[in-house]
Amino acid sequence: MLVRSKYSGSSFSELLDVEFPHLRFENRLLQALPSGLPLGQVQAGAAPIPHGTTVLALKYIDGVIVAGDRLATEGYRVASRDVQKVYTTDAHSLIAIAGAAGPCIEMAKLLRIELEHYEKIEGDPLELEGKANKLSQMIRANLPAAMQGLVVVPIFAGYDPRRRVGRLWKYDVTGGRYEETEFEATGSGGLYARESLKKSWRQGASREEALRMAVGALMDAADEDRGTGGIDLQRGIYPTLSVCSASGIEEVASTEIAQIHRTLLEQRRGAA
Amino acid sequence: MSLPFYVSPEQLMQDKAEYARKGISRGKSIVTLEYAGGVLLLAENPSTSLSKIGEIYDRLAFAGVGKFSEFDQLRKIGVRYADVKGYSYSREDVRAKALANAYSQAIGEVFTREMKPLEVEIVVAEVGDDRLAGHENNAIYRVQYDGSISDHQGYCVIGGTVESLQSYLQANYRSALPLGDALKLGIAALERAANGEPKVGAQNLEVCVLERQRPGRKFRRLSADELRGILSP
Repeated sequence: MLVRSKYSGSSFSELLDVEFPHLRFENRLLQALPSGLPLGQVQAGAAPIPHGTTVLALKYIDGVIVAGDRLATEGYRVASRDVQKVYTTDAHSLIAIAGAAGPCIEMAKLLRIELEHYEKIEGDPLELEGKANKLSQMIRANLPAAMQGLVVVPIFAGYDPRRRVGRLWKYDVTGGRYEETEFEATGSGGLYARESLKKSWRQGASREEALRMAVGALMDAADEDRGTGGIDLQRGIYPTLSVCSASGIEEVASTEIAQIHRTLLEQRRGAA
Repeated sequence: MSLPFYVSPEQLMQDKAEYARKGISRGKSIVTLEYAGGVLLLAENPSTSLSKIGEIYDRLAFAGVGKFSEFDQLRKIGVRYADVKGYSYSREDVRAKALANAYSQAIGEVFTREMKPLEVEIVVAEVGDDRLAGHENNAIYRVQYDGSISDHQGYCVIGGTVESLQSYLQANYRSALPLGDALKLGIAALERAANGEPKVGAQNLEVCVLERQRPGRKFRRLSADELRGILSP
């Protein structure tokens, strides 16, 4: 049983498709969904599903910064206050997810295994572009579920060691992949975060400067969008911020985020 | 009409075993050692791209001797097995014992059912993690061409000249050696197998470690430069 396997390629999700279809999230989802449901029915129907909201990524001088708020909502209610939306997929890449929380988290988990699996089987890691493209195919596989309202729209970002730059991609529900040159934000508060970054972003920003832009954009999004979580001082819940450069990925400590938050508040009070 | 020759099952198995042993003995040996910081896997391998040692999962490594195509196939099967298991349960559920048993079953089945046995011998090594209660100890399993499985403490040798290497390690191995000393011991053992051949240079060595203190994926391949640094301080 172990020696004669039907699948001999290097993709983990294809391996699941061929040999363990019952473990495939998409297959189960489609079995569970009545095909006659009008679009968006699952989202608004009897079984509310948690949704994640604003995530963003921006380039800075040494690479990219990826950030996300911590709130998940079920309709107008809070589903979770400290959900994780930014996931490390390997030593030099990250995925930030927005959309239906279940499929989103599943996709982040699967992408991590996918990249690791390829690296172990082939002996070499995928190129950053190859990783971004793989994610594209995974989003495409989720299309039928997306048409039922279970949308997954991530941002993929990382450091490209061949070109020695940070790079980032946005996606649409059909798996369309678009490389961005400066920054991108998505989710319910994505529009406001993008507007904020449009004003604050500049080429060649330092790590500190870029972190201020990211926290500022998340504050602006939370200010305008009810689905985006702000900084919760009472519980001490801060957004997730990860910095990715040639030396790897560093998760920014909440004490540093608190400090940036205080500085921004003072600036904004002073300006008013 | 000609009748097929009768061959007794005993003879058949003996022939197969001899065939497999012959294939394995043509290759160089691999030494696996527990050291203070984890588990060290050491092979003499002039090729830099065709590896004999590989990563299976967070705490698991694989090493194979014999026919490259066969043990590399086994390595890939191990990666698939581990990744599926870790995906459907948790990352901590992927353990060496279960994997080594699965290997033993599979290799044993080929040995009894197929004309040609696998000309391989493999090691599955697991490094302990002090942060997980009950998972603190290392584990080393050796699976032979006929599927027979054994577990080893401290060190394990696979390949052509196992006996002389084993007796050398038995006499010289001490537990909790620092990495440099463990590496020197491993190289000295490999050189014994070479029987008076010139010294095994850093460029001909494939060395991988499972590092106990490393978070997440504990497997690491040491570069030739790094090896020279450790060997000549």
